[in-house]
Amino acid sequence: MIGVELRKLLRRPRTWIVIALIDALPTLVAVLLAITDLAPRPGTGPAFLSAVLSNGVLFPAAALAIVLPLFLPVSVAIIAGDSIAGEAQAGTLRYLLARPAGRTRLLAAKLVAVLVFVALAVVVVTVTAYFVGTGLFGAQPLGGSIVSVSGATLTVQEAVLRTLLAMAYVAFSMLGVAAVALFLSTVTDSPLAAAMGALAFLVTSSLLLTLDAAGALKPYLPTRYWLAFVDLFRQPILWRDLVRGVGLQAVYLLVLLGAAWANFTTKDIKS
Amino acid sequence: MTAVIRTRELTKRFGSLTAVDSVDLDVPAGDVYGFLGPNGSGKTTTVRMLLGLVLPTSGTVEVLGEPIPRRARRVLHRVGALVESPAAYGHLPGRTNLALLDAAGPGGDRRTRRRRIDEALEQVGLAGIGRRPVKAYSLGMRQRLGIAAALIRQPELLILDEPTNGLDPQGIHEVRDLLLRLNAAGTTVFLSSHLLAEVELLCRRVGVVDRGRLVLQDSLAALRAPTGRVVLRTPDPEWAVSLLDGELGGRSGDRLVVRASDPAALNARLVGHGIRISELAEERRTLEEVVLAATSAGTDRVDGWAAGPGTAEPDRAGAGGGVAAGPAAGAGAPGPPGPDSPAGSPPPRRPPARGEQPEPGEPRREGET
Repeated sequence: MIGVELRKLLRRPRTWIVIALIDALPTLVAVLLAITDLAPRPGTGPAFLSAVLSNGVLFPAAALAIVLPLFLPVSVAIIAGDSIAGEAQAGTLRYLLARPAGRTRLLAAKLVAVLVFVALAVVVVTVTAYFVGTGLFGAQPLGGSIVSVSGATLTVQEAVLRTLLAMAYVAFSMLGVAAVALFLSTVTDSPLAAAMGALAFLVTSSLLLTLDAAGALKPYLPTRYWLAFVDLFRQPILWRDLVRGVGLQAVYLLVLLGAAWANFTTKDIKS
Repeated sequence: MTAVIRTRELTKRFGSLTAVDSVDLDVPAGDVYGFLGPNGSGKTTTVRMLLGLVLPTSGTVEVLGEPIPRRARRVLHRVGALVESPAAYGHLPGRTNLALLDAAGPGGDRRTRRRRIDEALEQVGLAGIGRRPVKAYSLGMRQRLGIAAALIRQPELLILDEPTNGLDPQGIHEVRDLLLRLNAAGTTVFLSSHLLAEVELLCRRVGVVDRGRLVLQDSLAALRAPTGRVVLRTPDPEWAVSLLDGELGGRSGDRLVVRASDPAALNARLVGHGIRISELAEERRTLEEVVLAATSAGTDRVDGWAAGPGTAEPDRAGAGGGVAAGPAAGAGAPGPPGPDSPAGSPPPRRPPARGEQPEPGEPRREGET
């Protein structure tokens, strides 16, 4: 079942178009920076961008910071929102379930497909950004050092390791959105409604984060710890927010997946 | 013979709407069963309950001897289904669609998959379909692909909802032949349709639903038994009328309807009197007459509410319940049994008579999706 869902995901042109679009934004930013040589001043603009002009090795981290707030979650919401509702709209859901694929299995396979999509998008963005970054801005020779966010230096090996950790953290940060979209996808037969619902959830979270009056809610907002991956590039690494971020996403994932499962396994399929 | 489909007291309510009401279906193995009913009568909901898509409110479903939906995984891979319209992923070729569907559940051996798909496509006349994506298929080709999807695993039972939708007369004929061939090879066919002519040509047994109730379930031969009348045409109608005085059931021009149980004897008698016969046949009810007599207008017709039989004062709350209105709205019934009470007396089988106590403003019933 998982194999079937992966084949569907990977054979669908939309998957690759979305990934290409996500990938295009940081590449555009890199090209603009390289042409104009105008990096944002430290402390302004997306994280790491001020540093990439001197060292392209940091550009993958900068690219993750560029796609994380909007592009990546929007694409995750679309893919996850489409997972069940899209099958319902196309009429294929009834044939899958009468096959019988098993409702729990289908849901699990859809979740795995969404996770694979997130991983794929993150890997493509990072790898492209590495080549674009080192190509346009040059790299310190291996063994050289990189100035970390906190001012201390990192070796290139450390930077690579931390970029890998950052990729994992960014991918994990998408699980909350994915779970919301997957849950809504079992509620409605319209993939658009499911994706929009998940986005509304995201926008609400981002908005409340900027609001002092919502201070009590902040630790529980799904986007609260997203940018904590920047802490991976401090010396030493600041684990506190990273751990909380992972924990928070895990809670959202478990609760919403449970809701999705409870709803989907007891639902009348009338599509 | 064992029953391949058996439902007992099968009931499905959507809110206050009773879509399927205490249906007892029996489909013996090896049969071709026609499941008939007007639009919105609960056919599709019943089919979906057989396949575990819609979960019954109460009652039981057994398919191939296993309870559905509890043991769906054990048994549904031996069932081929076409539920309403066919569906496929438009950007993929038909063959890939079949392969993905086959891989999505149990009982589809990967090693034989390619061969089984080729055979199924051949059976429905799509063998040379190539790599075209399904979105480039015509309606008829999609329908054929849907039937092929039902056939990949050589199912013991085929549950088909309007299988000839979108096919031209040639295609309809091919599908009918295919189904009869499969049936001859041992496949039980459960055909849900409102095309009576098709059912009449294919099926040996029919079940008729109306407003969620199974109002009729019998062999086609029994339903179409001779009416005890003979229809004949003669160039000498006047002589015949004078001879058959008292036995005549009706006349229009040279066509006479005669009450007679033995058409051969009648023929011999007429000819013996020198009356020429150009046409003579036992009168049988058509399936259409049988079904029309057993059912009311489809729910795509929205007239004023027609109340149940014997209802002095229609119970408005019950009337909102659509098909449930028969028993629940019967104000004459002593203490109307709650819909859930199993001990409730069985509701009358007679459908509410058309036009009886019409109450404008009350919709007959909402459409089914």
